[in-house]
Amino acid sequence: MSEKTSELSMLEAINETLHSEMARDDRIVILGEDVGRNGGVFRATEGLIEKFGDTRVVDTPISEAAIAGSSVGLAMAGLVPVAEIQFLGFSYQAMHQIAGQIARLRYRTQSRFEPQITIRAPFGGGVRTPELHSDSLEAQFANIPGLKIVLPSTASDAKGLLTSAIRDPDPVLFLEPLRGYRGIRDMVPDDEHVVPLGKANLVKKGDDVVIISWSYQVELSKRVADSLEKAGISVAVLDLRSIVPLDIEAISQIVTHCGRVVVVQEAPETGGFASEVIATINDECFWSLEAPVIRVSGFDVPYPVGMLENLYVPDEERIRLAVLKSLEGS
Amino acid sequence: MSKPNDEQLQMIFEDMVIARTQAGRLWNMQRQGQVGTIAPIDGHEAAIVGAVHALQTESDWVLPQYREPLGLRKYGPEVLDAFMLYNLGHPLGGHIPDPVKVVPSQISLAASIPHAVGLAWGMSLKNEPGVVLVFFGDGASSEGDFYEAGNLAGVLKAPVIFLCVNNQWAISTPTNLQTAAKDFSSKAAAFGIPGVTVDGNNPSLVYEAVSEAREHAVNGQGPTLIEATVYRLGAHTTADDPTRYVPAEDLSAAQKNDPLLSLLQELKNKNLWSDDKQEEVEKAALERLDEAFEKAKNTPLLTDSLLDHCFASDTSRLARQREQLSRSMEKSHE
Repeated sequence: MSEKTSELSMLEAINETLHSEMARDDRIVILGEDVGRNGGVFRATEGLIEKFGDTRVVDTPISEAAIAGSSVGLAMAGLVPVAEIQFLGFSYQAMHQIAGQIARLRYRTQSRFEPQITIRAPFGGGVRTPELHSDSLEAQFANIPGLKIVLPSTASDAKGLLTSAIRDPDPVLFLEPLRGYRGIRDMVPDDEHVVPLGKANLVKKGDDVVIISWSYQVELSKRVADSLEKAGISVAVLDLRSIVPLDIEAISQIVTHCGRVVVVQEAPETGGFASEVIATINDECFWSLEAPVIRVSGFDVPYPVGMLENLYVPDEERIRLAVLKSLEGS
Repeated sequence: MSKPNDEQLQMIFEDMVIARTQAGRLWNMQRQGQVGTIAPIDGHEAAIVGAVHALQTESDWVLPQYREPLGLRKYGPEVLDAFMLYNLGHPLGGHIPDPVKVVPSQISLAASIPHAVGLAWGMSLKNEPGVVLVFFGDGASSEGDFYEAGNLAGVLKAPVIFLCVNNQWAISTPTNLQTAAKDFSSKAAAFGIPGVTVDGNNPSLVYEAVSEAREHAVNGQGPTLIEATVYRLGAHTTADDPTRYVPAEDLSAAQKNDPLLSLLQELKNKNLWSDDKQEEVEKAALERLDEAFEKAKNTPLLTDSLLDHCFASDTSRLARQREQLSRSMEKSHE
């Protein structure tokens, strides 16, 4: 275990990780829009071009399909591309390369080519962005075999999980919550910090109900759990950290312990990853349930404009009501 | 210097004859239900083989679309062996082994063009010698990937050759419905790179164009777009009926221009080819195809193949599915 820690924002943790990984592995190439001279529109890649030069930190044309598609070729050449899609909503313009090419490269070539590719993209609501900047698309990607999807909720995890993502031999979509970039701050180990992919984190223990979530919604769920604790309700919070791979064992364990479950996601309800979590609970531990599992989601509409955003994104009140509902009849 | 000499021309012609002969046999095998859908090479041989012979197999990568594999003989027997596995639907059909610098066929049109750019870019970052040549057609040039990849390659000066084999047809869509541009090579202007159109029925001209593009690329001057104009002499694939849309008079004109005919005459005139030689090459081509087919049929198919190579190691979900699969296999064997 690393002894020394520093308080960092999630953005600072990501930037620090990119610096340390690039210094460790000279195969890493950063590519994306405005990642070089500008240091990224959020400054996630700040200082990298100065330290590692413009052949390893590359400002690309505005060309998401070429960013994703050329990453395939870079990986085939034996390099380790760490690409940035400026906002996840724009990944639609790279979808055919991510879903149709990157995710199946290993399978279709029977591992002759290894897609050691990380694609970072910010997403999520709550910061009044223009259209297509906030959409939570993680479930759409979860339906693509061969792709890992990682969603940190703390600065410390952002460092530990990004380190694992970059080193992972499979392609990883690394999704960074816009609201967490500067809004989430916690103690981050100074030295190398590796959090394995596929290991959920029981961020709060509890006995009565468990809230299962990922990314920024974990932050809200923790606040709800803390406030209900004062009212005498013991609420556990499980942060999935990655939805592919999914920590089935951790879900099963905490659901069996609590018997009551709320799953929180920011994405639209229909076909969201919460549905997959609930189906997993049915497969693994249905008979331990004491109440129906409740979903808290966005709505089945396109991500709305700023004035409607607060109605769309799950907030603490909606999560709290869901927890109370799951306790009805107990 | 960049024109093929007589000996090279003879080798190019031999590969063209082999490709045409094997394509005919494959067509029949598809009709007999022995292999899956095939995209015949007929009419494209000079463009494909002429281009490949201008490359250095030790250093230069080829990214084929799906019509090219029979024309890639210069890259070694592994290409045909994998192609026959592919035609059988065997998973190893996608695994052309190291160190053969050929990537498996690409079905999603134009999707491999950005891969070629990334690979070429990566090779230059690693100071590796060589270039990357990517094949695609007139139809694929309408895809966004072509423009995005061409644009990126121009900016990066990536050592890549874009070879657009314009066979006049995208399944049933003629080139005048594909683009209003005067030709496909003029699209290079948008990327700030050289673009040339060559007669793709003349392997010497294709060889020369690719050699020049190669020189240009290895000298750090970046990519070239080459349009090789040919005429598709057969169907798009074994699932296609071109009599529905190809005017008969156009086809018969194109048949008179068959790339194998003019070169055959030229080589015969130079005493570099004979009817005996032709017979001998065709016979060997069929024997080689049969050999690859037998080898493919005898390559074991493992049940695990269904779930292997999705991830480097199983996720817990896949591990569960692997157990389910083996349980259902055991049941079906009971």
